[in-house]
Amino acid sequence: MTPILECRSLTKTYGNFCALSDVNLTLDRGQIVGLLGPNGSGKTTLIKLINGLLTPTSGEILIAGDAPGVSTKQIVSYLPDESYLKNGMRVKDVIRLFTDFYQDYIPERTYDMLKSLDISPDRRLAALSKGTREKVQLILVMSRKAQLYVLDEPIAGVDPAARDYILKTIINNYDENATVLLSTHLISDIEQVLDRVLFLQGGHLTLNSTVDDIRQSHGKSVDAFFREVFRC
Amino acid sequence: MPWELDNDRPIYLQLMERLKADIISGHYLPGDRLPSVRELAMDAAVNPNTMQKALSELERDGLVFARRTSGRFITEDEEMLKKMKKDLARENIKTFLEAMLRLGFNKKEALELLEEILKEEEL
Repeated sequence: MTPILECRSLTKTYGNFCALSDVNLTLDRGQIVGLLGPNGSGKTTLIKLINGLLTPTSGEILIAGDAPGVSTKQIVSYLPDESYLKNGMRVKDVIRLFTDFYQDYIPERTYDMLKSLDISPDRRLAALSKGTREKVQLILVMSRKAQLYVLDEPIAGVDPAARDYILKTIINNYDENATVLLSTHLISDIEQVLDRVLFLQGGHLTLNSTVDDIRQSHGKSVDAFFREVFRC
Repeated sequence: MPWELDNDRPIYLQLMERLKADIISGHYLPGDRLPSVRELAMDAAVNPNTMQKALSELERDGLVFARRTSGRFITEDEEMLKKMKKDLARENIKTFLEAMLRLGFNKKEALELLEEILKEEEL
């Protein structure tokens, strides 16, 4: 099977600033991958390139063998770091929107998860707390039967209990051939659900390793290792 | 409740230890069917691939065996379970001896102290 994501000498510059520099990366299917790096290291740039919201300055990015476009958007489920939904909408309106937009969207999954969280589909987005809103958006994105889930900071703004719920949602909803790529600063909270971590440092990909390999060879958690590598 | 896991050791090793402990404590009995990888992963709040790896290792050790379509089962080999129990007891005793050594007791002194405490408990 073709890898779900392939970057070849991928470079993105904004004017004189180099956000991503010569990134070479191949991700196989069936894993949960953490995209880690300090602020401004290029995480969101990479994510936006995957989703076709930015175009490479040079090099190449392929999703299941294709350049980002209509066909790849059908198989990539994306959670942006900012909300793109209108505040006035009710949760059920968004569900209808997703049903119209995505062939692989399964509304029953969303309804089930909303029910288990006791969130009424009749509520307006504007009336939800920040954490609840983030949960709703994640639920929507995870209710697609996608091949690649790209989640930009999915656990940033929520309390620890909600974080556990979100992680369980991710584990429970991706199927074994799908890949989840998620960016975060909160490593210690999520490292046990990750197969693999990528470190981005000033636009360079400096590490691509499994969590257990890091623990085995360095005798410390990915979180501790990250703090060592990125010490200010 | 997610399982209690240390931060500095490979996760799959800790999952193996926990599953072994569950077998010894009788939470799982010989011949019992284990929950699916996904259920166990959810319960532990870990990645399913990591749980898969832990189970494969247990399978390689012979503690767990797979039937092609119906899942994974705890071995019915009592000898093997006895051996696992003894191995774990050995490890615990080694850890105990190392801790005593750090406190400045040699092996003989540690043993004497252990006997003393055992006697006290009998009273």
